[in-house]
Amino acid sequence: MELLAFGKTGWGDELFYATLMTIAVSVTAMLIGFVFALIFTPLKISKYKSLNLIGNFYTTVIRGVPELLVIYLFFFGGSSAIMYVASIFGYFEYIEINAFITGSMAIGIISGAYSTEVFRGAIQSIDKGQFEAAKVLGVDKFAQFYKIILPQMLRLAIPNLSNVWQITLKDTSLISVTGLVEIMRQSYIAAGSTRDPLLFYSFAAVLYLLLTYLSMKLINRLEAKYSRGY
Amino acid sequence: MDFDLMFTSFPKLLGATVVTLKLLSVSLFFGLFIGLLFAILRLNKNIFINKFAYGYSYVFRGTPLLVQIFIIYFGLGQIEYLRSTFLWVILKEPYWCAIIAFTLNTGAYTSEILRSAFQTIKPGIIEAGKSLGISNKIIFYKIQIPIAIRQSLPAYGNEIILMMKGTSLASTVTLMDLTGVAKYIISTTFKPIEVFIVAGGIYLFMTFIIHNVIKYLEKKYSFQ
Repeated sequence: MELLAFGKTGWGDELFYATLMTIAVSVTAMLIGFVFALIFTPLKISKYKSLNLIGNFYTTVIRGVPELLVIYLFFFGGSSAIMYVASIFGYFEYIEINAFITGSMAIGIISGAYSTEVFRGAIQSIDKGQFEAAKVLGVDKFAQFYKIILPQMLRLAIPNLSNVWQITLKDTSLISVTGLVEIMRQSYIAAGSTRDPLLFYSFAAVLYLLLTYLSMKLINRLEAKYSRGY
Repeated sequence: MDFDLMFTSFPKLLGATVVTLKLLSVSLFFGLFIGLLFAILRLNKNIFINKFAYGYSYVFRGTPLLVQIFIIYFGLGQIEYLRSTFLWVILKEPYWCAIIAFTLNTGAYTSEILRSAFQTIKPGIIEAGKSLGISNKIIFYKIQIPIAIRQSLPAYGNEIILMMKGTSLASTVTLMDLTGVAKYIISTTFKPIEVFIVAGGIYLFMTFIIHNVIKYLEKKYSFQ
């Protein structure tokens, strides 16, 4: 038990900061995912076939390829891609992006594909009359999506988004392969230096369970809040 | 674009796909039985059995698959007692550790899928069976299970695809599956995009096949 204590003798404080890192990566990735979803959802439900194709390509590829492979693509390809773009602007020094940004981008893009599917499903279950009413009132396309459809859609989407959150939270464990010190990486380091992997990996499992449990409680509250009046 | 690399790495990646498919099929096979067992336990009226089954699925669905593999591969070997039993023959092999982790993981998800399928069976169907004088056992095996399997096909199809992606984690315990070989080629050639396109293409192709097989089965066994 002293191995888990706080302070210099134990790994408690290290694991505590690692947990905060996991939360930070998950939240950042989820938000990046929302940005992607807000871009790709309109493409997926557009009436233009070519736009549909782009939207479907994104969700199909990301959901059909293992998360780990996407992370390797970002980990190994991230800096060379940035350096290529920089070289166009005349900057030739070596650029290294930090593990937090690569990790959140990779997980964010994955999370975005799932969020896109959730948003699409939610939009399609909104009553057609809402779209027609907006059209009749002369609301332009942009305002129609962001002011009328989006607020209604969020209520329908929350239960499924909570699943996406769970997936995202668990996916962050995979970023440990890039060396970012989150729960999994910290447990790996601790297990390696104390030769007690069973304890540390089990403790990591408990931390993840705690995170999923607490976030479920929070989301349930959010859900109750947004379904007021229904 | 380095097309030469794409051509030369394709056969290597295809060879690694066999490992991925082996991991997937073995763990799905055992996972289905575990899933069915725990789905039945979940429907049991005894609160302890019920809670036990719920706890199993909660823990395995609430933690990342990576943690589960690491606990089994790195953690269990630490227990002195296990090293002296015959289980050690299995637990020292990364291949079997990965299979155990995948099986328990997919078992947890499958049990949830089957449980909800059992619960959505209309009571009228079971009552109809009872009033025809069919015994409870036969109602369960010949009526409830087939309907539940049909109900859960779409969700189970998703689970197969999720599991196929999950097998990529075997590469973290030194197994050379499709992702493992892809990572090896990337780290020796530093050409991530080319390798990603080939390896990702193989994964997408498998997803496509699984998706269509499930769709075909859904159509074949639809109630109409």
